[in-house]
Amino acid sequence: MVAVVPTTGGQASAAVVAQRSSKTGYLLLFPGLAWLGVFFAIPFVTLFMTSLQQPIPGKSGKYTFGLEFGNYVEAFTEYWPLYVRSFMYAGIATVIALCIAYPLAYFIAFRAGRWRSLMLVLVIAPSFASFLLRTYAWKTILADEGFITSTLNALNLLPDDRILNTGIAVVAGLTYNFLPFMILPLYAALEKIDPRLVEAAGDLYASPQTAFRKVTWPLSMPGVVAGTLLTFIPAAGDYINAELLGSTGNRMIGNAIQTNFIEFRDYPTASALSFMLMAAILVLVFTYIRRAGTEDLV
Amino acid sequence: MRWLRKNLIGIVAVLVLVYLFIPIAVIMVLSFNKPSGKFNLSWNEFSLDAWTNLCGVPGVCSSFVTSIQIGIMSTLVATLLGTMIAFALVRYRFRGRSTTNLLIFLPMATPEVVMGASLLALFLNLRFPLGQGTVIIAHIMFIISFVVVTVKARLQGMDPRLEEAARDLYANPRAVFRYVTFPLVLPGILGAALLGFSLSFDDFIISFFNAGTLVTFPIYIWGAAQRGIPVQVNALATIVFLVALAIVLGGQFVGNRRRKALDRAAPITVDVMSRS
Repeated sequence: MVAVVPTTGGQASAAVVAQRSSKTGYLLLFPGLAWLGVFFAIPFVTLFMTSLQQPIPGKSGKYTFGLEFGNYVEAFTEYWPLYVRSFMYAGIATVIALCIAYPLAYFIAFRAGRWRSLMLVLVIAPSFASFLLRTYAWKTILADEGFITSTLNALNLLPDDRILNTGIAVVAGLTYNFLPFMILPLYAALEKIDPRLVEAAGDLYASPQTAFRKVTWPLSMPGVVAGTLLTFIPAAGDYINAELLGSTGNRMIGNAIQTNFIEFRDYPTASALSFMLMAAILVLVFTYIRRAGTEDLV
Repeated sequence: MRWLRKNLIGIVAVLVLVYLFIPIAVIMVLSFNKPSGKFNLSWNEFSLDAWTNLCGVPGVCSSFVTSIQIGIMSTLVATLLGTMIAFALVRYRFRGRSTTNLLIFLPMATPEVVMGASLLALFLNLRFPLGQGTVIIAHIMFIISFVVVTVKARLQGMDPRLEEAARDLYANPRAVFRYVTFPLVLPGILGAALLGFSLSFDDFIISFFNAGTLVTFPIYIWGAAQRGIPVQVNALATIVFLVALAIVLGGQFVGNRRRKALDRAAPITVDVMSRS
């Protein structure tokens, strides 16, 4: 069966291999998908049920089955500014990350030559040092008497005369921490672009700027969308940066979920907050899926 | 000026790479510091204390070992389950493909705090005792997707003619898998395992929700951040960073040599034959 297929196109023969249809496919899928079903999908059901629980009268910290949709109203009324702040911080961090990541991804994809794989390693290498310690290191870098803060202060650029314990520090931390999630999808999209298309634009008298605007940028859109999502989503849910680099006035929604769940043991409120965060993010993801299709996601 | 315009993008690219490494440099430099107060935040005095006495502060090394154990356990299981899914996705036809894709994509698109909270809600409702077991369960759950993506990419990038050649040479399916498919996919599986281990080892949010009283390395750092992180933590993080970097660079080096050797061995069939 295989030998008859002309072996010039890898695609054609790969398709033949993919025709295989047997029990084996399901057997290979089952254990992993079952794990994801039980420990990823079902927990959302329990999360939703927990968010509707009501307190047992007389026993603080104990909850029982209920349909308290009021939990959502209460949680939202108390914490809506944290949602706004989280999405704002994450949004700003994502835009800055895109501006920083694009030139690097572009360079790696088109100009790096034999340094390409080394540069990709360097992009992921910082992730091998602890996330918490890297965030903590920004406390040193942005310290009040540090080089960056004093320089910006000398230029009168800081509204609060400091960076640490302000929103600026939190956004800076978020931008730094999730930057690789922006660089890698951008690189993957740029690398697929046939350089001859850009050359063709040049042959047709497009200036380099026009060629970028009309050819490279539109073709890199899948990477922009993927990178934006992969940066924005973890940034919006993060609370490590807000905790380590911000003050109480910079709390994000993740901080509220964590304190309600683990410290106050107010499970219904914490669950309602998580559920609303997830709902907001799912809206984003499904908008993306409608653009790109599921096969491109994985 | 013209030189600047021509190389501007390269300069920016290098600056961004430098920026990525600034905090790493801070972590490393401060591992040789002797802090003046509780907090190891600014340079005071050179000292090798942390390096000569890595486990000098109680709790640091035990949490480090706990994280390594959790990392190994969850990586082994997640790599196996994820590789199986990747093979099914690339090589087999089955119903419910888009649901499967969605179930694999969503864990990567869910904020950790939501995954941590929902899993904790499950364990609390089941009265399941929190500890090492629940953390491993959680880590396997969020690593699987990354393994699937990595191994799937490797499988799709494989030249199908290599397997065809083996079949043409009357290799049975088992021999094809053992002598051709598996060795070719192995680098992808190893890469996925390394990625999985580093994700597990470094995870804080999901672990913190599901750890109960268990202290992993990141949980130790989180607790210590309030009262001052011991210098030993910086030294250990430096070691982890350098070891991981060495493994990745070593892997690249071996990969390059293998590729060059394959390019030199002109007819591919010869290579396949000599192995089976």
